[in-house]
Amino acid sequence: MEWESVIGLEIHAQLATRSKIFSGSPTAYGAEPNTQACAVDLGLPGVLPVLNREAVRMAIAFGLAIDARIARRSIFARKNYFYPDLPKGYQISQYETPIVGRGCLTVVLDGGETRTIGITRAHLEEDAGKSLHEDFHGMTGIDLNRAGTPLLEIVSEPDMRSAREAVAYMKAVHQLVRYLGICDGNMQEGSFRCDANVSVRRKGAEKFGTRAEIKNINSFRFVERAINHEIGRQIELLEGGGAVIQETRLYDPDRDETRSMRAKEEANDYRYFPDPDLLPLIIDDAHVESVRAALPELPETKRERFMLQYGLPAYDAGVLSADRALADYYEAATRDVASEPKLVANWVMGDVLAYLNKEDRDIAACPVSPAQLAVMVRRIADKTISGTMAKKVFETMWNGGGDPDTIIDAQGLRQVSDTGAIDAVISQVIADNPRQVADYRAGKDKLIGFFVGQVMKRMEGKANPETVNALLKGRLANS
Amino acid sequence: MTALHDLTVAQLAAALNRGETSSVELTRAFLARIESRDREFNSFVTVTPERALAQAAAADARRRSGDAGPLTGIPYVHKDIFCTRGVLTSCGSKMLSNFIAPYDATVSERFNAAGLVMLGKANMDEFAMGSSNETSHFGPVRNPWDLTRVPGGSSGGTAAAVAARLAPFGTGTDTGGSIRQPSALCNLSGIKPTYGRVSRWGMIAYASSLDQGGPMCRTAEDAALALNVMCGFDVRDSTSVERADEDFTRNLGNDLGNLRVGLPAEYFGPGLDAGVAAAIRAAARVLEELGAKITEISLPNTHLSIPAYYVVAPAECSSNLSRMDGVRYGHRCERPKDLLDLYCRSRGEGFGPEVQRRIMIGTYALSAGYYDAFYLKAQKIRRLIADDFVRAFQEVDVIIGPTAPTTAFRLGEKTSDPVTMYLSDIYTIAVNLAGLPGMSIPAGRADGLPIGMQLIGGYFTENLLLNVAHQYQQATTWHLQAPPHAG
Repeated sequence: MEWESVIGLEIHAQLATRSKIFSGSPTAYGAEPNTQACAVDLGLPGVLPVLNREAVRMAIAFGLAIDARIARRSIFARKNYFYPDLPKGYQISQYETPIVGRGCLTVVLDGGETRTIGITRAHLEEDAGKSLHEDFHGMTGIDLNRAGTPLLEIVSEPDMRSAREAVAYMKAVHQLVRYLGICDGNMQEGSFRCDANVSVRRKGAEKFGTRAEIKNINSFRFVERAINHEIGRQIELLEGGGAVIQETRLYDPDRDETRSMRAKEEANDYRYFPDPDLLPLIIDDAHVESVRAALPELPETKRERFMLQYGLPAYDAGVLSADRALADYYEAATRDVASEPKLVANWVMGDVLAYLNKEDRDIAACPVSPAQLAVMVRRIADKTISGTMAKKVFETMWNGGGDPDTIIDAQGLRQVSDTGAIDAVISQVIADNPRQVADYRAGKDKLIGFFVGQVMKRMEGKANPETVNALLKGRLANS
Repeated sequence: MTALHDLTVAQLAAALNRGETSSVELTRAFLARIESRDREFNSFVTVTPERALAQAAAADARRRSGDAGPLTGIPYVHKDIFCTRGVLTSCGSKMLSNFIAPYDATVSERFNAAGLVMLGKANMDEFAMGSSNETSHFGPVRNPWDLTRVPGGSSGGTAAAVAARLAPFGTGTDTGGSIRQPSALCNLSGIKPTYGRVSRWGMIAYASSLDQGGPMCRTAEDAALALNVMCGFDVRDSTSVERADEDFTRNLGNDLGNLRVGLPAEYFGPGLDAGVAAAIRAAARVLEELGAKITEISLPNTHLSIPAYYVVAPAECSSNLSRMDGVRYGHRCERPKDLLDLYCRSRGEGFGPEVQRRIMIGTYALSAGYYDAFYLKAQKIRRLIADDFVRAFQEVDVIIGPTAPTTAFRLGEKTSDPVTMYLSDIYTIAVNLAGLPGMSIPAGRADGLPIGMQLIGGYFTENLLLNVAHQYQQATTWHLQAPPHAG
């Protein structure tokens, strides 16, 4: 009997506002504990929340990007539970009326197929603080710097059927929020994290199986592993005659397993009710339209435009549009050398990304500017330098070398296409290698590579390889 | 000459303006009275003499430099629910008996900016939950009209202090009658403004959708002057109403010709003390003589106000008081054995029985499966009650009636029966549920004890209420009479 898994994700994206959702404290990550928490964040008696306008704008931008309806009236509610890092004893969230209604997102899988994943809703809420269990000798430290950081909780439909699809969806949301500039997407710092609802059913069955919720998964790799582990656990349980119980489970990446946190019966009754400190959030059409007008080009559109405008293959367009800053880099370089969009793409996807990866840098911190890359590509195209030489030029630029033309001249990397000079070297190579010449002429065609290599070596790589190839073939053919 | 402590705020301000006294002199006089007399009343939780004298000296300097506002240099007593930077803000609770607020409430800030002098913090029912000031961790307050009786609540400390002439006026907060009912029981003029008029920033929340601060004074004119300082839009309170500032003294002198006054039949039913009823009908006749036209009206959903209130207010308080968890501030139990124990014992020890009762009622009302039947239904009733008033205000300009069903009751008389205690607020609660302005002014005596008349107006009609109250006070002397224990 075949099983089918059903997966839905709840993604928490920290919004990149400067101040918190209900107070004026800064949201920057990494400050000394409790230095970014004001009276409101501490939940002192008498304090009141005031909604951050920028957080609302960001939520609207997300809603528009997934074609969702933006609620003209939404309500903030209190979710009541006790926990030491929840200073007020309740979290301000949205419950029955979220700001972003139903939308969808198209996801491209590894094989190039697409899936449309439904997004049930997205709502604004505040993050809690952090409980620090190390370093306090059996006690717990509380850091409230994170308390009150704005979150957009993005809830998907149970539309995914494999861990691979779930990861593709999570990546698409990650890409989208970064494109919109509403979340920095930093998963190590917890800016982007997710809970997964997983169930399995017999293939063809209509009813969903009982689901388990896996909490707080903070990397793409862990999402895939946690879901696959959970699917395996549930199938094993069902095939052994057992039943899945509705519960919350925690993924342990060290052991690669999920374990039970609490069962449904132990779940909190959150006693949601509208927060009387905040009036209903009313958004008018003009505001929605002003946010829409300021939306950037979205990844899907950009990918298609890259294929059309630059004639790039789908793969290249996908890689280059994956990140908004990378796409901007590519386009800036291409503007300067408009005749070579594919060659620029090769260099951006090749050496640029490789160097960035090696040094774990962001495209924003790339030491080679798009203009410098463009000049270098133009020199390849006009045959001033070979591709091999270009790699040296690039390396020099990366290490602070500056203008490619200056580097080419200073290091004498200019390619030699002068047939006379090349011919002279070929004569020497033929004279020095009589046995290989004889073998070649006897039919060992593959030896051409050996001769090219010898010529290039003697010319320190500066000869135009095409010219060398053509001249060699002519000389070796004349016996 | 009248003693300084017998003068009204308006009279004291005039004396300061004429240079007949100084703020320091006034402040010393009131501090001396508090020192010698408050043992009888227990109306203060904290007295702040040094701070007060420094503020008074600063006020006098301001006046000399020509920079004084209308109330610069006037002393007042501040209900211990308003946060005051550097001063204990206990809210009448053991839970906050160690809480020195690190910030000022907006109302405190406004009073500081206007140059008023805070004498200290007033006793109150714990977290403003009570109608007799008997739930305070700092002990009950006694009524200056009869020391065996309660001053009302929850702003009972302010009421007793102002009635006993320990302060010229004070602040209160009103969630279900906590300004008006103690004003009635202590012969004061107290006003609860329209919801959203006075900022709630720094005013420790009991029930956020009902809480509203206001002044408690001896005359309507004083209430208008104090309200001028207290009211104003505040960006830190999202429920604050953005309106141009008003001068609440501007209509005090208007005559009452053409005024349409409604007497709701439902406010004169069973449970109302006969002496109180007679006094209110007599007060209505005074208004009639002043030119008002009295008509009987109906507020048919009045009987639903207490049940609705005792769902909404506890529901909100159960959530508002969750932050008092023993983790960051406030009372923490000794040697907690784990987190649950820390919560249970800190809260069990820190909160008194009435607060615990309301937290439990509210938690129950919000629980899954009960929410629709209780909280949602109560919200619908609020709408019905507000609609009653909207209809009534198509026929009349002001509604009058008793503020409380009886005069001050004896200490301990109702403590064993919470429901009887809740009925003390039967006439005041609907006003909070609807968010309307309401006022209580002195309107007679029964067995020597003060009777309060309630005035209710449409939204943002504080000016009209103060006008009616002032005109009534021009024709009567109830408000001028001092209690026997204020000598």
